[in-house]
Amino acid sequence: MWRFLVARACFLVALVLAASSAMVAVTSLAPGDATTETRLEGASPEQIARERVRLDLDRPALARVTGWIGHAARLDFGTSFRYGEPVLPLVTTRAGYSALLAGTALLLAIAIGLPLGLISGSGRFPRLAAVVGAASLVLFSLPPLLVALVLTVIAVRTGWAPAGGMQSAGADEWDAGSRVLDVAHHLIVPVLALGLPLAASLERIQQAAVAEGTTARHVLAASARGVGLVRWLWRALWRPTASPVASVVGLAAGTLLSGSLAVELVTAWPGLGRLMFEALATRDVPLAAGCGAAAAVFLAVWTTLGDLLAWWLDPRLRPGASS
Amino acid sequence: MSAVVGAPSTGRGRRLATGAGLLVLAIVGAAAIAAPVLATNDPSTQFRDYVLAPPMLPRLVDADGRWHLRPFVYPLRVVDRLERRFAEDHARPVPLGLFVRGRLIAPIDAAAGPWLPLGADRLGRDGWARLIVGARRSLGVAVIACLGALALGLAIGIGAGYAGGLVDLLAMRAAELVLVLPVLYVVLAARAALPSTIAPSMVFTLMTGVLALLGWPMVARGVRAIVAREALQEFAVAARAMGASPARIVWRHLAPATLGFVRIQGLQLLPAAILAETTLSFAGLGFAPDAPSWGTLLHDASDLAVLNDAPWLLAAAGAVVTVVFAINLASLSLDPRRDPR
Repeated sequence: MWRFLVARACFLVALVLAASSAMVAVTSLAPGDATTETRLEGASPEQIARERVRLDLDRPALARVTGWIGHAARLDFGTSFRYGEPVLPLVTTRAGYSALLAGTALLLAIAIGLPLGLISGSGRFPRLAAVVGAASLVLFSLPPLLVALVLTVIAVRTGWAPAGGMQSAGADEWDAGSRVLDVAHHLIVPVLALGLPLAASLERIQQAAVAEGTTARHVLAASARGVGLVRWLWRALWRPTASPVASVVGLAAGTLLSGSLAVELVTAWPGLGRLMFEALATRDVPLAAGCGAAAAVFLAVWTTLGDLLAWWLDPRLRPGASS
Repeated sequence: MSAVVGAPSTGRGRRLATGAGLLVLAIVGAAAIAAPVLATNDPSTQFRDYVLAPPMLPRLVDADGRWHLRPFVYPLRVVDRLERRFAEDHARPVPLGLFVRGRLIAPIDAAAGPWLPLGADRLGRDGWARLIVGARRSLGVAVIACLGALALGLAIGIGAGYAGGLVDLLAMRAAELVLVLPVLYVVLAARAALPSTIAPSMVFTLMTGVLALLGWPMVARGVRAIVAREALQEFAVAARAMGASPARIVWRHLAPATLGFVRIQGLQLLPAAILAETTLSFAGLGFAPDAPSWGTLLHDASDLAVLNDAPWLLAAAGAVVTVVFAINLASLSLDPRRDPR
């Protein structure tokens, strides 16, 4: 177990360095840089040249990549060109907002998807299963981008939820309780947009896993003993499927990040995806590299947690366990 | 790009669902191919008087409740140019005809103004024409990217499963790495390495390339498992004992076993590729706004103030959902147990 964790930690460091130096390289490859993309209006050629030296844009791309790795190894991620602030706090704040969105959406998806998948896969409720199956097929076909667009239009028309953003104007002066409520109100549309399609795919995975297990001997034995319905569903049917479902959830990290980016763009949620989008559009090299690093950390930590959860649920999968 | 086949309902229902899905896909595909004929106007012509005009649906019943054998439309009259209010001109119904002026269906009388079956956008361009011409681009990217990912996954999976050892190990680690990469982040970064404006054909090539490079791992993992299993079977061993070349063993004895799996994977990659194009162009990272695709149409529709007055701009969203839903319906009757994961 410890060997695994150490290996994953090394992998995490490698992935972060690879992702962020790829960002530095990519932003250096394209024609133009921060001085051309942000249009320093009225600046003389000398001023622009000085600005390029200050922003470390005058050196060749390779030197910038190695220089960046050297600084990053000392946890110095530089200063954003655009915001003029250190990258690290900026990225961690925005990544936190993304994590809030993705985490809430995942909880919603689990709360809806797993029980419905269990019930419809058990074969005990055919009518309900047909309804759930049809609903999940529809929801599964709705990408977060479109759900976000349509829900935003509905929210604007009905006034049920704010049109976008994370806080109302002037919310900084409110007390803590109303600020939390305000954020929760703004969360409704993005969380539904991200969570509902995810709930549908979890329902389908759980349904398929459970349906395959209904003929297992221990399930038949439990039925024959006359075990109560809830206990039968929970202990006999669901428990053995928990581990494969957990490993699929681990693999969904990339899907969740991508979906979150699309939703953030539509609903103006100030998350990591939007920040990286802005950073790349304005050729803000340190900020783009920081965002890449944060996304890499998110991926590595998420997949590791997924693996650990799967092992905790199913001891047979642990490394070194005799199968 | 995770998706799983598996849904309730039994054999007959599933076959019906598959048939319905395939029918819808065939219609959409045929429409995309025939787009130049089916389009009611040129997709980039701007009708200045028809900015944000509402849809002009073909009718069989006129305003007085009388039935007509021949479909017709009521032309739009501008009531208030500033507030963009339009009214149907009930006095002058314009009958529709087949094969008029090089279009399949068009108003017989061109003097009554343009026919805009799905309304017009902010620049007064024909929404239906843009939707159907955009279908070519969006579906073209998706289908080619999907085929590319399948070919790549098939090649890597067969190589890894047949060779085994170090090749296998490296290929599968690479697959795991690519599998968890967030598609949008990767494309965002790849796009940032290019000049801000590039030609639509270049966008097409790049987008299919990147999506194929991101889509192969699931295919490769499954194909590898099948090939590695089949290579141990007696017929494969016998073929090798008789001196068959590796190429012949793979082509004649191992690859056919992966067909069912590859078909399922193709049906799962296709929606993901369509959604990727839509999202990228929506974010301004795909096709340029003047090259209609479903993503750029949604981009045009993303202004909330406009969308509130002109919900027909969301037609592209309807098209995306219809196609993705049809693909998911079509894959219902494929047996999930053939999936070796």
